[in-house]
Amino acid sequence: MNASTTYKPVLPDAGQLRALESESIHIIREGIAEFDRPCLLFSGGKDSIVMLHLAVKAVAPARLPVSVVHIDTGHNFPEAIEYRDRTVERLGVELIVGSVPDAIASGRIPESTDPGASRNRLQTPVLLDTIRSNNFGAVYGGARRDEERSRAKERVYSFRDEFGQWDPKNQRPELWSLFNGFIHPGQHIRVFPISNWTELDVWQYIADQEIEIPSIYFAHEREVFERDGMLMAASEFLRPTAGEVVTTQMVRFRTVGDMTVTAAVPSTATTLEQVIAEIAATHTSERGASRADDRTSDAAMEDRKREGYF
Amino acid sequence: MELLRLATAGSVDDGKSTLIGRLLYDSKAIYDDILKSAEQVSRRQSAEYLNLALLTDGLRAEREQGITIDVAYRYFATPRRKFILADTPGHVQYTRNMVTGASTADLALIMVDARNGVLEQSRRHAVIASLLGIRHMVVCVNKMDLVDFSYDAFAPIRDEFRGILNDLNVENAHFIPMSALDGDNVVEESARMPWHTGGPLLAYLEQVDVTYDPGERPLRLPVQYVIRPMRHEYHDYRGYAGTVADGIVKVGQDVEILPSGKTTQVIAVETPDGEADQASGPVAVTVRLADDFDISRGDMISSLDRAPRTTQNFDATICWMSDTNLLREGTTLRIKHTTRIARALITSLSSRIDINTLSAQPDCAELKLNEIGRVSIRTSTPLVCDDYTYNRTTGSFILIDESTNETVAAGMIGSPGFGDFASS
Ligand SMILES: Nc1nc2c(ncn2[C@@H]2O[C@H](COP(=O)(O)OP(=O)(O)OP(=O)(O)O)[C@@H](O)[C@H]2O)c(=O)[nH]1
Ligand SMILES: [Mg+2]
Repeated sequence: MNASTTYKPVLPDAGQLRALESESIHIIREGIAEFDRPCLLFSGGKDSIVMLHLAVKAVAPARLPVSVVHIDTGHNFPEAIEYRDRTVERLGVELIVGSVPDAIASGRIPESTDPGASRNRLQTPVLLDTIRSNNFGAVYGGARRDEERSRAKERVYSFRDEFGQWDPKNQRPELWSLFNGFIHPGQHIRVFPISNWTELDVWQYIADQEIEIPSIYFAHEREVFERDGMLMAASEFLRPTAGEVVTTQMVRFRTVGDMTVTAAVPSTATTLEQVIAEIAATHTSERGASRADDRTSDAAMEDRKREGYF
Repeated sequence: MELLRLATAGSVDDGKSTLIGRLLYDSKAIYDDILKSAEQVSRRQSAEYLNLALLTDGLRAEREQGITIDVAYRYFATPRRKFILADTPGHVQYTRNMVTGASTADLALIMVDARNGVLEQSRRHAVIASLLGIRHMVVCVNKMDLVDFSYDAFAPIRDEFRGILNDLNVENAHFIPMSALDGDNVVEESARMPWHTGGPLLAYLEQVDVTYDPGERPLRLPVQYVIRPMRHEYHDYRGYAGTVADGIVKVGQDVEILPSGKTTQVIAVETPDGEADQASGPVAVTVRLADDFDISRGDMISSLDRAPRTTQNFDATICWMSDTNLLREGTTLRIKHTTRIARALITSLSSRIDINTLSAQPDCAELKLNEIGRVSIRTSTPLVCDDYTYNRTTGSFILIDESTNETVAAGMIGSPGFGDFASS
């Protein structure tokens, strides 16, 4: 089997995107209609941007009756934060920030002293605290089933117990589009409106709808160094160690997350069409190319999700 | 190009996940790093070949036990079509997860191991797929490599299954001998079975027509959410948001609001693309109406002709899914039907469906996990519904346990239309 010829994608057409769009709007409307207090997780990444765009459409011309929640590791791309603030301002929605640095400072969660440790896992207790203290019954997330194989298993309405845990071996049956949003106090539902979208669907939709996205998704010059075969951005949060050489290269990001775990890819794509062409030509998955945190083990994502991660 | 939603079905180990892995692999829908990780795990498991099931069996427990526990959704596209694949588990214990995956499918891929032939579980899944209204089924007689690719192994299984699908009134049945593991008749035509002239699976999936003509059908639009913008410029705006469940909604059309029975006219149809003259298919719309009636979530906007039933009493077929409770007469549950939630009393449990004979087993006192039964239900408020065989959206419901909040049954209004239940 010749691995380099295994991936050859086909771009979605307008009819397919319309079907996905309507399905997502239906899911978003169910959540808004059934829950007193829904919130929408927003990172400034492309998936949460598309989800927010769909949510705005779902209730138009009314304003979005949900709070936007950002779980902030403190290791942000400034471009993503600028985008976030501008977007919530434009939409007139409430922004709630759950801060990992604040939780560390107050002693609520311990910071790892391991120099290689990321704050990715630390987001979970902060996310759960934010959900609990605001009494959110439904939490919209922009996860897609094509991202990762444990996500491929998750329901659209994903039940979380009082500890925020996901039990993959005992999920509620989910029939047709009749979602069961009944919960007891303290429990919540993670709602995933774009479950059935692929990475290319998201990109093509962004292009078709002319949705603005943060500039780091396009090729730009940046100081980077190589670690474990990935290009990491040199920043105040992540510095090269001995032997790692910083160079300036043209790169873009395929996902937006914590700067210490999100890798860049070499790129010359400065327009959406070029980005889509590059992504359609790549042979590496989104997480494989850009998420250092998923390389730790075969079931790293499943383990994090069980604990209540996004 | 349309989207085709399909679900696998069939007994445990008959090769469902392997088939999905093979389809993805041969149509070049697998990234290199994902493939490399599957190869590494295969080596660790000392497999002689790449274990293609690893491409969909994504949970730790599934990889350890070598079986599928819950549905995996995978996506791929060819230049001709885009596919959403639900790979479901074959094990009886996880039948409710199979029902989950099959409930949204247009087509079922039923796997049968050529060495074992038709098992009770193969039959159960065919019955469930048919109950769920899946009108297209492809029976894949798999592992032909283990029976010397012989026609004599294939033919009797095909004939037996054809009989089952006939009994279930499945009109569109197709049969393919294959080796999911080796890729024979999956994406490429097999050179080892020249006697099969029906072509490989993918070619069939790319051209099978699952569409219907909405112009022939009456309108069904369950109101999901009422949009009342608290903004000055939209002071008098009232939009009724929902997903078209059948037919076409048009500007200028006279409609009936149910259950109230009031009639009015559609004055605007807004789609995700903006205002339109009309909309059909499962599109998320917001409509505005000529009159300001009191309309809320759970109501139905319908065409005047062929209006749905409005009733508090109906018969239904249900798949019971609770592993802790039994269903008995007199049980009270919550019901969710379209966008309406009510309470439901099981006024009678008339029979259990015997999946081997498709007949009614009367004197049925209770339903256990994964059993299918015929019930009569009374609801606390009227439901606006159709028979499931007429419309999958307005004919389906779920039952929810009032104390645990678990989803305990999938329900289909009306009769299943096969076996003992064909005429009633
Ligand atoms: N020889 C041969 N083995 C096959 C073929 N298809 C599948 N297998 C093997 O059969 C075993 C079970 O395959 P799976 O794909 O996991 O079966 P499944 O139907 O998904 O099983 P469940 O999901 O647990 O119900 C694996 O060891 C496969 O490698 C085939 O065409 N030929
Ligand atoms: Mg399987």
